[in-house]
Amino acid sequence: MKLTRIPRLAITSVGAIAFLAGCASADATNTASSTDSTAFKPVTQDESATITVWADSTRLPAVQAYQKANPNAKLKIVTYDGSADGSTYLQTKVQLFDRTNEGWPDVVFAAPTDVTWASKPTGPKAIAFAAPLDQSLVPKQTLDNFAKGSLDPCQFNDHTYCLRNDIAQVVLWYNKTLMEKWGYSVPKTWQEYQALGEKVAKEHPGYLVGAVGDTNSHESYFWSSQCPAQELVKPDTLRVNLQDPKCTRMASLLDSLIAAKAISTQGFFSQGFDGSKVLMANGPSWYGQYLFKAAFKAPAGQITAAAPLAWDGESTAYTGNVGGGVWMVSAHSKNLKASTAIATWLTTSDANLAGAPTYPAYTPGAKAWLANPANKNYFATDVSSAFQTAADEVWTGWSNTRFSDATPWSSVVLPAITAGKTLTEMLPAWQEAITNQAKSVGYTVTTK
Amino acid sequence: MTAVDAGRQPALTGASQPRRRGNPRRRGGWSGYLFVSGYTLLLLAFGVFPTLYAVYLAFTNNRGQFTGLNQFIKVVQDYRFAPAFQNIAIYLVMWLLLVVVLTVVVAVLLRGMVRPGLSAVFRFLYYIPGALAGVASVLVWLFMLDPAVSPVSGLLRAIGFDTFAEVLAPADLPVIFVLIAFWTGAGGWIIVMYGALNNISDEVLEAARVDGAGLWQTAWHIQIPMIRKWIVYMAILAFAAGTQLFVEPQLLQTASLGRVNPTWSPNQLAYVYAFQRGDFNGAAAISIFLLALGLICAGILVTRSGLFTADET
Repeated sequence: MKLTRIPRLAITSVGAIAFLAGCASADATNTASSTDSTAFKPVTQDESATITVWADSTRLPAVQAYQKANPNAKLKIVTYDGSADGSTYLQTKVQLFDRTNEGWPDVVFAAPTDVTWASKPTGPKAIAFAAPLDQSLVPKQTLDNFAKGSLDPCQFNDHTYCLRNDIAQVVLWYNKTLMEKWGYSVPKTWQEYQALGEKVAKEHPGYLVGAVGDTNSHESYFWSSQCPAQELVKPDTLRVNLQDPKCTRMASLLDSLIAAKAISTQGFFSQGFDGSKVLMANGPSWYGQYLFKAAFKAPAGQITAAAPLAWDGESTAYTGNVGGGVWMVSAHSKNLKASTAIATWLTTSDANLAGAPTYPAYTPGAKAWLANPANKNYFATDVSSAFQTAADEVWTGWSNTRFSDATPWSSVVLPAITAGKTLTEMLPAWQEAITNQAKSVGYTVTTK
Repeated sequence: MTAVDAGRQPALTGASQPRRRGNPRRRGGWSGYLFVSGYTLLLLAFGVFPTLYAVYLAFTNNRGQFTGLNQFIKVVQDYRFAPAFQNIAIYLVMWLLLVVVLTVVVAVLLRGMVRPGLSAVFRFLYYIPGALAGVASVLVWLFMLDPAVSPVSGLLRAIGFDTFAEVLAPADLPVIFVLIAFWTGAGGWIIVMYGALNNISDEVLEAARVDGAGLWQTAWHIQIPMIRKWIVYMAILAFAAGTQLFVEPQLLQTASLGRVNPTWSPNQLAYVYAFQRGDFNGAAAISIFLLALGLICAGILVTRSGLFTADET
């Protein structure tokens, strides 16, 4: 009985669709990387204003130490996830603050990925969240003292939007006690590593030379292999080519070791991982304190690090980088002076860096850090030379992008690996996931 | 049919309520408005206004220009749109079947086979999980499903899950979300269905018994037809709640360290649009899709079941 109405409704709807289709563009204006050269204009300053500092739990003690050293500084300290594991908490909050026009923290600890959006306005009415620090806030000689390339993730449109807190250069961690007991020598190349892994699988089944199941495992392995998974060739053009021999060589190396059960498809940081079975781990400099000491509770004097592995036939070794945070100062801060002071103290002062939890990006601070016995006496040998060598060998072709590289790896590759697929099989799906994600945030993707 | 009589009475009042049909006049005309005013204001502020704002956003861009259907076209073309709606469709089918069938079956059993005292205990037990806030119940399941810490790790291992990562395989996710949703949501519905069954007068059931109907025959021919409207009502609300799935996948995504797709459900995709890309207009377009889906489904169910039609006397 009501059926007669339907054709009329359909006709009206089709007509409406035809009418509605040709209207203004749905694209948001802010996604383009418009080189906005308008100079940064601070808000009205108030040198007695309290500043809000957001830090992750790891850097919280450093902020508290600053408060202790400067009792007059008015700080409000807030702990948050620090953008770890691809979290977008900070970005979400800043989007909201930009809409409500209030609430921004003054100083934040964040991941390098965050600088890609924080250096640009989030909408037509907003200004970029991060203040350009090279514009009369932090002296040039201070910026020049950061480790080579470590400020690259901070730089956009010829300005520096953050101070690098730490770098996380990938080194080869190993259990010296076990290696000596079993008469193994520490590998220097990936080929030796593979051979040793296969040997371990036969002679000491159950022991591991690595794990690929963490959100950042690809940075330890594929970045070290110089795989062009996300290489910015132009500001908005991203090269993604996982069929490059430098990617496939790592995929097949890992596949063979996974098949031999010398590399676990679980993550080192997953619940219930048995750390006593880890003979080697190719991973960042913070593995020593945070994985072996804190998570695995390996006894002191067993674990140490060697310089990054090279590939046979390549004269220079390159390595990856897993994390390493940055500090940003808000462009909305009412007290830029106090905000810059704390950000500078946190990233460059020996007082803070000598006892910092992770390897400082500021070169003089890194020397102070390495000179501090507390940072080294847990290890079986002095890790200074391995750390310093690796710090200079971080491959620069893995770019800091507007999306987190953790998402395609953990949500597409890892579930498939867990289900028994090989990495080599998964490279096309991974490529597609990176490409999709890159396009969705406005990159042009190329394979060449 | 006798079924029509059941639709008119409030669910939780006794069947022996005196009838006041002969008195159509309503006294205290303004107090009624006063009672609904609080709800109406909240509905306007948090229901109607946001919906209208979303409609406005969905048809404009971030410069306030009218964009017609372009926002909708843009989000449909997003590579995450189809998988998200596919995920939610699989989830909804499983969830609706389970919630409709199981809550009714459990309510019938509690009503017909269990002694009243024991039945009250069961209803209380079923309801407890529903009293936990959504986030807390997800956390409970995070522990339940991780073989490393689960109290039923033996069971998980027996069905082939040795690690949390294996439990979280993409194909298992709809099942996990249905489990969580059923565990938290079904208790409340069991109570509502029980109340609805209580509303059927004992004479009707007695007549069925005298005619030789067993438990299942009574349920199938008498009870379920008589509480059909409650079931439809439950289906509409469960469908609407199901399409809005957000907290469960979002928390699981964080807890699994990213192994769960961050845009698993359409609501999560809208969230990513709004809060990562700053594209509130695109997010609004996705929410309009969900709204339309909910309205269409509710419309079909309401018209097919005659939920709001007045009973013939």
